[in-house]
Amino acid sequence: MEKFFLTLTLLAATALGTITARADDTNAMAGMNAMATATTNAPLPAASLDQRVASLEAYIQNGDPIAPLKDTNGNITVTSPIISTLVNSTGSASPYPGPGHNAWLLTSTALVLFMTLPGLALFYGGMVRRKNVLSVLAQCFLITGLVTILWVFVGYGMIFGGTNASDKEDVISGWVGSPMICWMLKNVTSAPNPNYSYWVSENVYAMFQLMFAIITPALIIGSIAERMKFKAILVFMTLWMLIVYFTQGHAVWGINGAMNGVWNAKAKIHAMDFAGGTVVHMTSGYSALVLCLILGKRKGFGKENFAPHSLVLTFIGTGMLWVGWYGFNSGSAVAGDVVAANAFTTTTIATAIASFVWPMWEWLVKGKPSVLGFCSGAVAGLVVITPACGYVTPQGSIWIGIAAGTICWFMCYKVKSWLGYDDALDTFGVHAIGGTTGAIMTGMLARTAANPNFGGVLNAGTTKYVNDTLFQPLVWEQCKAVAVTIVLSVVGTVVIAYITKLLVGLRPTEEVEMTGLDESEHGELGYHG
Amino acid sequence: MKKIEAIIKPFKLEEVKDALAEIGIEGMTVSEVKGFGRQKGHTEIYRGSEYTVDFLPKIKIEIVIADGQKDAAVGAIIKAAKTGKIGDGKVFVSNIEDAIRIRTEEKGDSAV
Repeated sequence: MEKFFLTLTLLAATALGTITARADDTNAMAGMNAMATATTNAPLPAASLDQRVASLEAYIQNGDPIAPLKDTNGNITVTSPIISTLVNSTGSASPYPGPGHNAWLLTSTALVLFMTLPGLALFYGGMVRRKNVLSVLAQCFLITGLVTILWVFVGYGMIFGGTNASDKEDVISGWVGSPMICWMLKNVTSAPNPNYSYWVSENVYAMFQLMFAIITPALIIGSIAERMKFKAILVFMTLWMLIVYFTQGHAVWGINGAMNGVWNAKAKIHAMDFAGGTVVHMTSGYSALVLCLILGKRKGFGKENFAPHSLVLTFIGTGMLWVGWYGFNSGSAVAGDVVAANAFTTTTIATAIASFVWPMWEWLVKGKPSVLGFCSGAVAGLVVITPACGYVTPQGSIWIGIAAGTICWFMCYKVKSWLGYDDALDTFGVHAIGGTTGAIMTGMLARTAANPNFGGVLNAGTTKYVNDTLFQPLVWEQCKAVAVTIVLSVVGTVVIAYITKLLVGLRPTEEVEMTGLDESEHGELGYHG
Repeated sequence: MKKIEAIIKPFKLEEVKDALAEIGIEGMTVSEVKGFGRQKGHTEIYRGSEYTVDFLPKIKIEIVIADGQKDAAVGAIIKAAKTGKIGDGKVFVSNIEDAIRIRTEEKGDSAV
């Protein structure tokens, strides 16, 4: 329907020169068409052929299609078929989404959901004992619905919402966004939000980011598996999302975020996090450690056999995580462009190498490479490349893979038993340590050749944060961001855990824990016979 | 009549079954069991967490035979099941009061 109108309009405009394009779009919340705010109410002239070609070229370059239609003061002075009647949540003019870029993000969104359901669910589910397998699946599914509800009401807006006056709209400028700005996803339509993408529909972007918001608390499940009440998980995760995740997300990815070094000229910390090394892995990882220390160890830890009940399930989950992670990493380019292509490449190399290195260490040190080692290595590689994938070169990703397979292996194999805490499924060892390693290595290995956006805000001032050296100024900024993330996660989790303990208690009774959560909390058994 | 219970290593089952068939013993009951004697268990390591598993999987074979076949049967089982390494298992012989074939209601030696 849209294509028909556009073709007709193009012909008519060429012939008559003054026709305005209108799309037949059932989602249109009419009214905020910025074209009508010209200084007079006279209809604007049609865009010239040069301007329209420039708008189309912007599609290939992932640039701003409306920029060629503006004068030096930033006012739109012509009409063009690329401007839609849809609103976006910033209140500025909206182009139509670009089919290719949108298609990639639609796919990526599905891939990231796949990472949680069933990827992570199986990865973790296979590692717990038989009697608790369903509890893991239930907790992942609970989080999916719970976070979606929070997201639609306030979450998306708190992280990504804001017109161009974002600083005043924030509850704490640059840190805590406004819960009201996109309340119930108002003004979030199929038009792009130019703060985050020129070509991807804002509703698609909101759904894409929702999948990140879902998997982050699900990662925490790993460390407290087999010994936390379902009710406590519901309460804890609700508070954790509101206090920790929405804050970290806004600071790192919000357009006016205090730690958004690549896009915010007024950032306090000029850090970068391409797909969520700090936002997803570090927040969940450090919170997981704190929570598992507060909860205490599982009954029988260190004495009874807590071996994984099905490494076959864990393996299946690992494959799904890897494939899905392409959406997580490459989709974070928010376009099907050169950055996405690079992110795909670096993700592949780092992950494959890490999955190779981890079992090699096992072979060397304990004599047998294990399937759990292959799976853990792959996931560690994916975690460490996450903040880096769109910013480092393929050559840099080799080092990241080696670091992931070595550092995370050492953490899980040696340090964990030295310190003696019960991080059941190694959320801290893989995600916290991996995320931290990734954040710092991003600082060291980010290169201008890998990403054309450094020349914008990041290197615009006197300090060139990325100057293609190993200890460039970015490294120090990354360290600052790491420190902030750790403090937010740890302090936030301590407070939230004790509130939850007060409200509903954290641990099930000893009898429930010994019987197994599946039967006691869900009335079901994973396997019969 | 005698009952012979033999606990053997699982991979020896086919050999023992064939050895018994060679001396005319065609019927048996087999179950999967766990156990240990002087053979230690094994250690599994999952990401740095070590678990010692004491119980080892074994196969238990039960046969009921006429008194006269006892020595031949025990000999056949031992010859087929032996590897010479620790954990080969044990054979127990006990007396059976009676045996009845359900289909025909035969009793005694003609039922085994």
